[in-house]
Amino acid sequence: MNAAPRAAAAWIFLSPALAVIGIFFVLPVLAAFALSFTDFDIYALGNWDYFRFVGFQNYVRIFETPLFWTALRNTFYFVLAGGPLSVAVSLGTALMLHSKLARFRTFYRTVFFLPVVSSLIAVAIIWRYLYHPAHGLLNYALSFAGIGPVDWLGDTAVAMPAIIVMAVWKNFGYNMLIFLAGLQNIPDDLYEAAHLDGASGWQQFRSITLPMLKPTTVFVVMITVIGYFQLFAEPYVMTQGGPLNSTTSIVYLMYEQGFRWWSMGFAAAIAFVLFAIILAFTLVQMLLQRSVKR
Amino acid sequence: MNRLRAITPVLLLLAGISCGPQQERVTVLKFWGFGNEGEMVQPLIREFERMHPDIRVEVQQIPWTAAHEKLLTAYAGGSTPDVCQLGNTWIPEFTVLNALEPLDRFAGASATLQLDDIFPGVLRTNIIDSALYGVPWYVDTRVVYYRKDILQQAGYEEFPATWSGVLKASEAIQRIAAAKKKVAYPFFLPTNEWVPAIALGMQSGGNFLKNSGANGNFSGPEFTRAFTLLSEFYAKRYSPSGMQLITNLYNSFSDGVIVMYITGPWNIGEFTRRIPPHQQKLWMTAPLPSMDSLTPGISLPLGTSLVMFRESRHKEAAWKLIEYLSSVETSVRFYGMTGNLPPRRSAWRDSALASNVYAAAFYRQLQRVDPLPQIPEWEQIVIRLQTYVEYVATGTLAVPEALRRFDGEVDVILEKRRWMVENAR
Repeated sequence: MNAAPRAAAAWIFLSPALAVIGIFFVLPVLAAFALSFTDFDIYALGNWDYFRFVGFQNYVRIFETPLFWTALRNTFYFVLAGGPLSVAVSLGTALMLHSKLARFRTFYRTVFFLPVVSSLIAVAIIWRYLYHPAHGLLNYALSFAGIGPVDWLGDTAVAMPAIIVMAVWKNFGYNMLIFLAGLQNIPDDLYEAAHLDGASGWQQFRSITLPMLKPTTVFVVMITVIGYFQLFAEPYVMTQGGPLNSTTSIVYLMYEQGFRWWSMGFAAAIAFVLFAIILAFTLVQMLLQRSVKR
Repeated sequence: MNRLRAITPVLLLLAGISCGPQQERVTVLKFWGFGNEGEMVQPLIREFERMHPDIRVEVQQIPWTAAHEKLLTAYAGGSTPDVCQLGNTWIPEFTVLNALEPLDRFAGASATLQLDDIFPGVLRTNIIDSALYGVPWYVDTRVVYYRKDILQQAGYEEFPATWSGVLKASEAIQRIAAAKKKVAYPFFLPTNEWVPAIALGMQSGGNFLKNSGANGNFSGPEFTRAFTLLSEFYAKRYSPSGMQLITNLYNSFSDGVIVMYITGPWNIGEFTRRIPPHQQKLWMTAPLPSMDSLTPGISLPLGTSLVMFRESRHKEAAWKLIEYLSSVETSVRFYGMTGNLPPRRSAWRDSALASNVYAAAFYRQLQRVDPLPQIPEWEQIVIRLQTYVEYVATGTLAVPEALRRFDGEVDVILEKRRWMVENAR
């Protein structure tokens, strides 16, 4: 077969997917990028005479907004504390499920994966009950240990940790499955050889499991970090960004600016700043990974 | 069976004759209600439909937390309802959008709506550039809830009329509590609320904004005076400077940890339910104290209005619904169902309200409310103010520095407005 008709056939097969991606992804992204250089807001919505192109003014304004720095700090808190915790919990449960000693594996795998497929809104409402300062199960349990009632979602110091715990619980099952797949790909003879050499379980884990899981771990960490930077639904349902903005994330700030105050241009600029942050973070991770390889 | 089959076409024909033309005349109104009100309004709506068989009302309930976004997106998408309840602080924003129908011609011709019967301060929040955009549905303001017995122990038979009196009373209460080795925060001013700060600001002369609402004026002398007074309560530990210390307002009130607290009408019901029965005679409400002994001090003209959208194609029917819901009789019934206070002064002469000792303070306070700045950015501004209340309460920033920084933030929020004012648009 000739190359040209083959390419044409490929394009024909690709065109539905490309059209969908173009219309529903590329175009809106370009439109949002254009919007970030305008001051489209409530006044412009009412009267187009009040619409202006403002150049980089929105981007300058972001860095002059104290709430942005609060949101940035909160988001980094969530990513840096929640990300590693989430990966560790996923790896831990994957190891347990992979262990030869484990029974009812399919059952536990299903149970651990259930939170991932549950609706976040329903889950968040249940967790709000668990966290309730007066009637919550968590405080009830703590009361036996003599620990006084904690206002989990109302106290600035514990609101973010409470959100992190919930988010980790909600998300660890997905990464757990990826780790499980990674574990199953490690050839058994490696462990057998190590066993014959008298390596302890910990030595086997450090010298075989972790290195062999490296590609999986890199993927999981990257996906988790990208996902966690976009923290929104948890604070939106549980705390509305409070108390005192202690759970306001960048995406939550963007949502508030865009849909609550209708500063669409400004909100679009926040979106692209977040995009730049995530891109930078991912690039740094890739560079780190490459330097470790050498 | 056979007979039935035989007459079926006749029945259908009759049905067609009797229902057909009538169905064409039925007007369907879309009404959006928020939160609890959206639920409680249902029986009233059913009665309205009985009174007007030619009008059917579809009620859509929307949670308060989503109401604002929903209305804006509905406006952007051209799918606004005919009638909607709207917090009166939102009216300026929807007027800027040109989304609301001016109601003067309807109100002028109405047989039942008497605008001069409505609390004037609240009515004014519905008037923008001398056009009426909403009819008050229920009113809300803020007063002081306090423990009568503890103030009596401190030597106050009546609630102090001025803020300096409140400061003295707080000192006395704290001294008595300290002698008993008890914790007391005589005047609870939550650091996540902007209401006390703005009420004090109004009392010291308002002037929150300058240059036709294009710049913040919070660092001006009036608000500085208000914020300094507020900060005194935190500095002297008359109010806790964090939110963690008071986890349950009603328990703290009942334990005497909190003695005075500024809040709204919904707490009449909550206090009645949640304060233990043996303490029910110990609490009372009072209008806000004032800066200058003109009693009572100014408070906020809050509340919810009924508005009609410009896009509505059934304006006459929509007005009938507004007229019905805002009538004296309906608002008295609505008060009985929800505890929402009626905006018409004549409704307060109804026995249920007239005999409620806790409502009396609200009646006096509602005569002393002033309008807030009518700009769309106002809500965004006061929500940011909370952060600065906290800065000052915790001593992170001194009052002048906090207000200087806050003005900086307000100026960023008002950038567009400034451009419009400067270009006289």
